Amino acid sequence: MVEIRTFEITNKLGIHARVAAKVVETANRFQSETFLEKDGVEVNGRSILGILTLYCPQGSRLTIRVVGVDSGEAIAAFAGLIEAKFGET
Amino acid sequence: MADDQKKMFVIKGIGVSPGIVIGRAYLFDRQDAQVPFYNLSDPGLISAEIQRFRKALRESEKQLLELKNKLGDLGGGMEPLYIIDVHIMIMRDRKFIDRTLKNIREMSVNAEWAVHMTVDKYREIFDRMEDDYLRGRISDIQYAGQRILTNLAGKERAAIDMGEGVVIIASDLSPADTAQLKIDKVLGFATDVGGKTSHTAIVARSIAIPAVLGLESITRAVRTNDDIIIDGSAGVVIVHPDPEIRKRYEEKKRLYEKAQDDLLDYAHLPAVTMDHYGVEIGGNIEFIEEIPSAVLHGADGIGLYRTEFIYINREQLPDEEDHLANYRSVVGVKGLSWATIRTFDLGGDKFFPDKKSSRELNPQLGLRAIRFCLKEVALFKVQLRAILRASVQGKLRIMFPMISGIEEIREAKRIFTEVKNELLAKGTELGKDIEIGIMIEVPSAVIVAEELAKEVDFFSIGTNDLIQYVLAIDRINERVTYLYEPLHPAVLRLIKQVVDIGHKAGIRVAMCGEMAGEPAYTMILLGLELDELSMNPLAIPRVKKIIRGATLKESKALLKKVMTFSSTSEIRSFVGAEMRKRFPEDFPANGQ
Repeated sequence: MVEIRTFEITNKLGIHARVAAKVVETANRFQSETFLEKDGVEVNGRSILGILTLYCPQGSRLTIRVVGVDSGEAIAAFAGLIEAKFGET
Repeated sequence: MADDQKKMFVIKGIGVSPGIVIGRAYLFDRQDAQVPFYNLSDPGLISAEIQRFRKALRESEKQLLELKNKLGDLGGGMEPLYIIDVHIMIMRDRKFIDRTLKNIREMSVNAEWAVHMTVDKYREIFDRMEDDYLRGRISDIQYAGQRILTNLAGKERAAIDMGEGVVIIASDLSPADTAQLKIDKVLGFATDVGGKTSHTAIVARSIAIPAVLGLESITRAVRTNDDIIIDGSAGVVIVHPDPEIRKRYEEKKRLYEKAQDDLLDYAHLPAVTMDHYGVEIGGNIEFIEEIPSAVLHGADGIGLYRTEFIYINREQLPDEEDHLANYRSVVGVKGLSWATIRTFDLGGDKFFPDKKSSRELNPQLGLRAIRFCLKEVALFKVQLRAILRASVQGKLRIMFPMISGIEEIREAKRIFTEVKNELLAKGTELGKDIEIGIMIEVPSAVIVAEELAKEVDFFSIGTNDLIQYVLAIDRINERVTYLYEPLHPAVLRLIKQVVDIGHKAGIRVAMCGEMAGEPAYTMILLGLELDELSMNPLAIPRVKKIIRGATLKESKALLKKVMTFSSTSEIRSFVGAEMRKRFPEDFPANGQ
């Protein structure tokens, strides 16, 4: 099963260390593999350094691809996280 | 490592302590000052080093978890806890671990250095980020790296140095920073900020090592272990030097170390023999920053301005104004009577680095120098226009490299005239007596020198390439350098032929290869009656000393004898003995 969705990063600080940590935590909760893509560069959702080096300031468009048995739940979790601005402003 | 494929570039700053260093960069970071470096001499040590790294990783993680628990027990906000999680995640990051393991395995370096390199790599990535806040997150990676390093040091904090031949790259160095360094292992400094009076400058001068400060962006541009050249005299730093440039700087370094202050007395005396035969002395330069050194060491003019760095040192092609700014600094300098500017002398790969088509199996014999310019006429014209525009400032000679036959010089002259007429039509003021000359460095040019002499105002013999082409040896290839021999009879005969033909045609003949600056050959070159010897400025005082101590008469006799020998070894031992006899002070009996 594959789920692909593109999101806009709307929190003010963009994907900084704390946010990246939340993404990794979320990815680690599921069996599926998560991949984040921006501007043609794709990184593993379990790699905090991969996510940080992807460089996503506010306004970035980020595509998340989840592959695996629980990809549906996983993508929903990511959507919730991003829509809630990672709990920030 | 693909080190030699990395793009060479130059950063200019303020030279605050003279001399030349060819070494390895070490990025000094206050947070991790003094990361030990050593090579694993035995491949068997690699697995032990990997175990050390993994152990340090486990310990670091354990410490952080303990810290987190302790802080958790204390209650309070979540803030500090999340940052600990971030650091743990970094230590668990596959990329981070794999990269470090790769450094240990492929570079055979100790775990500390491997971690340092990984952090450094990330710093480079983060440095490119525009957003200040996100860019600042590098501090988390540095923190994680620092903790691992601390655990690696453990109890066995032995006195391990940074390795030999280290050039310290830093933003700025405080007295405390320099105190932390193993100063006897440092060969040079290059910093972002600072000037002649800053602390680093004073330290560098007091221990007599080269330093270039005020480079602005050096810490961003250079990474630990990068090959680097520091020219503290010219205030220039060259990163990832290619083999040719490296060789040139080894020569400069050798000359610098041999140069003696007392010889400077000869710098400003005319290069005239005891029987009143005069030779003009040129200085070879590649940066305009070297002009003061040429003047100081007694050059009469600039005998060879290599223009390649105008092209190398940038992302985009230089425009006419970029060229002009350089040429204006070279032409009409006070104290120098002429400037010989050589047009572009590199391969096309410097323009199109990514194109596969530009990969040549044998670039020394490839599409380069004048060949390239005659193909890319538009690029060539930009350079010619700028050279011509600078001619109004003073005596200018323009020189085309790698001419192999009559068609090339005619074509180059045709384009030159075209550019000149365009400028005149626009009312641009040009110098009156611009001379046109060619490098004599391709053997075929020697053979057809008579015809070539009719086309030009001067020849300049480029011995480095002439020797390499005529003896069919690659100067960069260590396995055949023993064959590189300026005193080979074939080389001397070719040179003599060029001088004789040039003089018969009534044109000036110069020499601008390394041979011109070698005092052991000075009498031979005098005997040849070359009109100009152009050399590295540092070589000038010593060569002048020989010229002033010799006569043309004895030099001609020496040359005559030399030309009778059939082998290099005969020539070498004869010339060596003669020079020792004539100049015992400069050529001591026991070698150098």
